[in-house]
Amino acid sequence: MSQSTNTALDEASADTEIRPPVLSISEVAKQYRTTEGTVQAIDHVSLSLEPGDFVALHGPSGCGKSTLLLMAGALLSPDSGTIAISGENPYALGAEARAAFRANRVGFVFQQFHLIPFLDVLDNVLVGELAGTLPHGEFRERARELLDRFQLGHRLHHVPSKLSIGEQQRVALARAFLRSPSLILADEPTGNLDAENAAIILEHLGDFAASGEGAVLMVTHDDRAKAVAGRSVEMRGGRLV
Amino acid sequence: MTLARLILREIRHRKTNFALSVLGAVIAVAVVLATLGSLRAYDRQTEAVVDQMEEATKSEMAKLEDEIRKSMKGLGFNLFIFPAGQDMGEVYSEGFASKTMPEAYVTKLAESGVVTVNHLLPSLTKKLEWPEQKRTVILIGVRGEVPIAFRKPKAPIIDPVAPGELVLGYELHRSLGLEKGDPVTFMGKNFKVSDTYEARGSKDDITLWMNLGECQAMLGMQEKINAIQALECNCATVDRLGEIRTELMEILPDTQIIETQSTALARAEARNQASATAKAQIEAKKEQRALLRAEREKLAGWLLPVVALVSMIWIGLLAFINVRERLPEIGILRAIGVKGRTILGAFLGRAILAGLVGGIIGAVIAEFVRLPSMDSGLIIETGEWIAAISAAPVLAALAAWLPSLAAAQRDPAEVLRYD
Ligand SMILES: Nc1ncnc2c1ncn2[C@@H]1O[C@H](COP(=O)(O)OP(=O)(O)O)[C@@H](O)[C@H]1O
Ligand SMILES: [Mg+2]
Repeated sequence: MSQSTNTALDEASADTEIRPPVLSISEVAKQYRTTEGTVQAIDHVSLSLEPGDFVALHGPSGCGKSTLLLMAGALLSPDSGTIAISGENPYALGAEARAAFRANRVGFVFQQFHLIPFLDVLDNVLVGELAGTLPHGEFRERARELLDRFQLGHRLHHVPSKLSIGEQQRVALARAFLRSPSLILADEPTGNLDAENAAIILEHLGDFAASGEGAVLMVTHDDRAKAVAGRSVEMRGGRLV
Repeated sequence: MTLARLILREIRHRKTNFALSVLGAVIAVAVVLATLGSLRAYDRQTEAVVDQMEEATKSEMAKLEDEIRKSMKGLGFNLFIFPAGQDMGEVYSEGFASKTMPEAYVTKLAESGVVTVNHLLPSLTKKLEWPEQKRTVILIGVRGEVPIAFRKPKAPIIDPVAPGELVLGYELHRSLGLEKGDPVTFMGKNFKVSDTYEARGSKDDITLWMNLGECQAMLGMQEKINAIQALECNCATVDRLGEIRTELMEILPDTQIIETQSTALARAEARNQASATAKAQIEAKKEQRALLRAEREKLAGWLLPVVALVSMIWIGLLAFINVRERLPEIGILRAIGVKGRTILGAFLGRAILAGLVGGIIGAVIAEFVRLPSMDSGLIIETGEWIAAISAAPVLAALAAWLPSLAAAQRDPAEVLRYD
């Protein structure tokens, strides 16, 4: 976390003894305008995640899950409504400040992993260092620790193409955890995985939520995943049902 | 993890794209340096050729000058200054003048600062009978060359005859059986033969040379001479004689001047001609090479910008392809909080590196270029090396600027939404 937000948080908790929600989405709407017309991707959605929450978001394809996740992750600004992460609205910040905000608050996991093909496992986890704000080398120990925890300690210098897909998703998970974010956003993280590997990923996400460090919002079609999550919300046509 | 590491790893991964970018810079730098270097090599070659021609001309001229100097000794003078009233008919029929003028004229001339003539030689000539031998001879009283006051005194061209000595023409010494060192009596006075001449086939063969002072005393013509011989200076103008006359008439109004043809003069003229021709040749050579150089310069004038532009477009295109290939990578980096300017730095850094590597390789290639038309390599100045090697990364960065900016401003949501 950056020092300024830390201080703000400390003061808030000292004054009130209440931690703000990790993610607070209220009355958020989003339209896509295309040449064929406008699509109401998100239609006045409200959702709140407290520390320790593990929420599964499911619904048919095209109902707006990914759009909601991107907005929750400070990557896509809503047309209306407000989004706050740990009490702070990222869309009030400029582009560069919002990037730093993302680096320190949010971790992403995607179905396609999005590992960088020419970097080895350790470097793929450490790309978060490129976001700056802390001196280089700060995260090395943490990266090794995470990779050990994810049973990748022996593969530090292998490139992604040499790994199994389960291992690749664990590298992506380690990358998401590197800077100790309070919010993990996962878009069908087990969509490409077999049952065994899916279980490992879900276990680690569950552990993170259970530790109380933050919250997890996971898009999934997987019933086992829904079972692991503490709460399950369904979306249809851009609305929560 | 650092930006430099990211750049280097990516280059290692996509070698072809990087190598092609480097190639663009290599070609641009090599062509630019080779062009500048060959232009300068051409200039040096021109200088060398012209220097060589000038050197050759100079030594040729010196040789001619030397020949003329040597030939003058035997060939005599080409200007005759006679007293004003002298009948030239007599001069042409007899070969010498009978009217006299003061010997002081020659001194006056020598001290006047005259510029159009050289080598003044006064003489007193008389045709008379050698009483002791009962034969007609020509007696010429001579003294050494009168040095012209303001010029450096040079070695005299005609040796003076010392008092008490005689120099005899061929007919005289041959028929009298006289040799160098023999005593001889002339008009009741004893002399020693100091020299005898070879046959010249002219009046010289019956001529007897005597010291001027002695001759004047013997003939009762003290301080008198009847001719001053001179050599005109080698100042070739069209109206040479006119100029000489104008100058001499001011100094010695009481005289007249004639010019005779001489081989020495012809040679001097040949020398002037040769010198003029050589100079014209050098000028023509210079002009021809200047023309060729201007042509090359014109070629360079459009070739260099075109080469620079084409390689910039090439590098820009490769950067664009690189950005397209890396969109997912850019998306994830942006998502995890890497700033736009870091992404910009990653792409510009790559282009700068390509430009730098290409610039150095291009410079090394230029160093080894040998053009068939030149005997030397290229001549490239230190400033040009530095300029080319430092311009390459700057231009490569400019070329990659737009694709890099597009990469930096890419909306990460675009890339990640369709997951
Ligand atoms: N960039 C876009 N332009 C136009 N329409 C879009 C764009 N991205 C998504 N959509 C539309 O918005 C709706 C929600 O998409 P998405 O959030 O990807 O759904 P999900 O992740 O639930 O499949 C869909 O109808 C989709 O076609
Ligand atoms: Mg989706």
